[in-house]
Amino acid sequence: MRRYFTRKFLIYLLTFFFAVSIDWAIPRFMPGDPVQSMLSRAALHPESATAMYDYYSNSFGLDVPIWRQYLNFWGSLLQGDLGTSVWLYPQPVSSVIANAIPYTLALMLPAILLSWWAGNSFGAFAARRKWLDNTALPFAYILNSMPYMWLGILLAWLLGSVLDIFPLSGGYGYGLQPEWSLEFIGSLLKHWFLPFASLFLVGFGGWAIGMRNLIIYELESDYSHYLTALGAPQRLIRRYAFRNAMLPQVTGLALQIGVIVAGALVTEIVFSYPGLGNLILQAINNEDYFLLQGAFLFIIIGVLIANFVIDMVYVLVDPRTRTGMRGATS
Amino acid sequence: MSVQVKDLKVYYRTLRGDVRALDGASFTIADGEIMGLAGESGCGKSTLGRSLIAIDGRMRYVGGSVSLDGAALPLDDQAAMARHRFTAVSLVPQYAMSAMNPTRKIGKLVTDLLRSRGIAPDTVLGEFRRRLELVGLSTDVLARYPIELSGGMKQRVVMVISTLLDPSLLVADEITSALDVSTQKAVAEAVVEFRDRGFVASTIVITHDLSILVQMADSIMIMYAGKPVERASTDAVVSSSRHPYTRLLLSSLPEVGVRYEEHRLSGIAGRPPSLLNPPPGCRFRDRCPLAFAKCAEEPPFVEVAPGHSAACWKA
Amino acid sequence: MTDANLMTVPDAAADPARRKRSEALYFAVRNPKLIVGGTVLVALLLLAIVGPYLTDNPPNDYVGPKASPPSGDYWFGTTTFGQDVFSQFVHGLRTTFVVGVLGGGIAALIGMAVGFTAGYRGGRVDEFLNMVTNIVLVIPTLAVLLVVSAYLKARGVLVEGLFVGFTSWPWAARAIRAQTFSLTARDFVDLARLSGLRTRRIIFREIAPNMSSYLVMTWILLFGGSILIAATLDFIGLGPTNGTSLGLMMNNAVLWSALQLGMWWWFIPPGLGITAVVGGLYIMNVGLDEVFNPRLREL
Repeated sequence: MRRYFTRKFLIYLLTFFFAVSIDWAIPRFMPGDPVQSMLSRAALHPESATAMYDYYSNSFGLDVPIWRQYLNFWGSLLQGDLGTSVWLYPQPVSSVIANAIPYTLALMLPAILLSWWAGNSFGAFAARRKWLDNTALPFAYILNSMPYMWLGILLAWLLGSVLDIFPLSGGYGYGLQPEWSLEFIGSLLKHWFLPFASLFLVGFGGWAIGMRNLIIYELESDYSHYLTALGAPQRLIRRYAFRNAMLPQVTGLALQIGVIVAGALVTEIVFSYPGLGNLILQAINNEDYFLLQGAFLFIIIGVLIANFVIDMVYVLVDPRTRTGMRGATS
Repeated sequence: MSVQVKDLKVYYRTLRGDVRALDGASFTIADGEIMGLAGESGCGKSTLGRSLIAIDGRMRYVGGSVSLDGAALPLDDQAAMARHRFTAVSLVPQYAMSAMNPTRKIGKLVTDLLRSRGIAPDTVLGEFRRRLELVGLSTDVLARYPIELSGGMKQRVVMVISTLLDPSLLVADEITSALDVSTQKAVAEAVVEFRDRGFVASTIVITHDLSILVQMADSIMIMYAGKPVERASTDAVVSSSRHPYTRLLLSSLPEVGVRYEEHRLSGIAGRPPSLLNPPPGCRFRDRCPLAFAKCAEEPPFVEVAPGHSAACWKA
Repeated sequence: MTDANLMTVPDAAADPARRKRSEALYFAVRNPKLIVGGTVLVALLLLAIVGPYLTDNPPNDYVGPKASPPSGDYWFGTTTFGQDVFSQFVHGLRTTFVVGVLGGGIAALIGMAVGFTAGYRGGRVDEFLNMVTNIVLVIPTLAVLLVVSAYLKARGVLVEGLFVGFTSWPWAARAIRAQTFSLTARDFVDLARLSGLRTRRIIFREIAPNMSSYLVMTWILLFGGSILIAATLDFIGLGPTNGTSLGLMMNNAVLWSALQLGMWWWFIPPGLGITAVVGGLYIMNVGLDEVFNPRLREL
């Protein structure tokens, strides 16, 4: 048990190290020069440009040897300093990201958890029930095959543009300021609904199909047959099947989290939702590599935490890992 | 006469039509009798065993009856049959190693099972513990997951669970085939002991391995191509078998412990007929050294000596 | 056991194998999921191959009237700039298939190499490969792609396919590892090992053939997954820089307010195309699963 945790922890530490190093490389290995491109937009006099260049290189920490930059990066990272945004100069990257994070979390967490829960429940219910299997499952397949952004586009077009029930873009109404008022919260919810729904639906389809197939495998397993031979009712057999089929679905969540996060990012872009996804797009378009770096850092940390939590949950729900007879394969 | 099977026919549905896997079997088993059921694979012995427990979607009940202590079993009604399982008919499956839900502690599993059948666990759990100790297991296994037990331990736990409610008929399906020789012996002895202690009334032991039956069975029934061909006490089958197939089986068994299935082809030339559309007459006649003109007619399964039946014109 | 049969009665041994294959074929041609999925896929593949010859308009040239709905001249209408949507669609469909085959193929190869080795060797090798798998799983694909795209200013479909393949193999490796693990414990693998066969031969001759159906299904899922990932990359502008793709079409449609302007013909075809290809693959996969695993067939 302890060995299991130690090993897991080491793997996560190593992964964190690798991921952050790649993240560090983003602005350094970009073509062109982020400072130069920022200055060229400002169209300054040549001599003042040189001075400005030195000034900004210094303030972005780009005027020291590359190994030094790497160490400095870790140093300031541990102090929570992510540098300065080029696009929104002189705002610090950390505060730009801090404004976007709540939107992304409010979108992603409910969408991921609810679609996982609802999809699994529905899939388990549909398995080996012919009419549901034939009517609802094809829809689940179609949902699961849709690119995230396309479902987003469709919903935005149908409910936002054609029927005009929901707003098409943004995080809240144009005329509003963020505040704790009913009007603002109502506007937040209205803007939140479509991106949430498109994320939820794609996830729902995928989990439902996976669960349906897993349950069928479980119902054909030896222990199910033995229970049938001892006259146990279907209720008990299905309950066992559901419990056992949940285990691979927990692992599946860990395997899928990267894809889901990417899906959430593009969904934000479709709806111009003011979260990390939109920020990343803006950063790419404005060649703001420090902002990009910071946004990815948060995604890395988020995905790592999610994976870690899932690993721990897995230990709790699968007795075989707890008893130490066999380490989890995940 | 505790178990009575009359002309039981159960076919398998396949793409090409029904496979007559069990094409009319009639026999009786007395209380306290252990009947061995042997034959090549595909002879219908497993189908017979399965039919007595649960006829699944791929099988089709065609005809015949099974009665237990005088009451008929509703073989073709799975819902009604469920009430008789565990209490009246029970199974020790071939797959005992994986028969228990891997994510449930054994004690919990048994409690769940009993509750689901409307039996208060408290009334039986004491006996369950006693029987576990009887087969040499500590009651600690109740708090363990199946994966924590060895193969032999799982086999014994499954035997105890299956017989917990003292069924009138126990079907033990290939319970020794996955075990090594010394464990095989222990399992065989446990079957006999369970009978001696009255945990089960009648037992059917299905196996490839004639030699294990010699150790434990009171009587033996040999099947061939979906039908019983000989049925007698174990001694009679070994020493004075009447059916040429039985004799060939015994002669192809050079030593105790060798399973003949792997050797059958060198022992008896040819293969059993297809059960999709079996030819009329004796189904063994193509491979039979004694076959003659009359074998084109189907030989009846009749008593050829007291307590000894065979289906052969020359028996 | 099958070997024993082989030696004693040749006709009996050949028979079940042939029967098994013909039975799979029998179920295959009668499996509605396999037929529906396969038909959709073949139809789209044909469209991707033939389609570009049906139109004279290069996909990215400004050839027609601006923002016109579907008509006899422009079957799928035109974009805000007067590009032919049909031409973009069929060219994009080609890209989609290329990316899927390439990305899925590479991911399957890496997944198999890692999965077979980890599952068969076990021990240290297994732990190491597991760790590598975990790392690749967690590293954000987008971040890596940004660095890569920085170096390759001009990126083609091939680069995208390679990239998707190199990042999407972890789950396949895990699944194949688990399968290999259980097969390695079987008698016939022991026998092969005892008879002194080399590891690679054992994997290719004994293990892989025994899970061939599983490998085919894994590849199909990777194929579909690669298409979806590529669409995501295209959508945020990290896709191929030359040519066109379905993801890029959606990106442009959103960028130039096709939603607000109600130009549905601009964004419906690309998404529908991707959904149909991926859906066809997934449904085919379930059909194959039912063909290969008799237990799943509904009776």
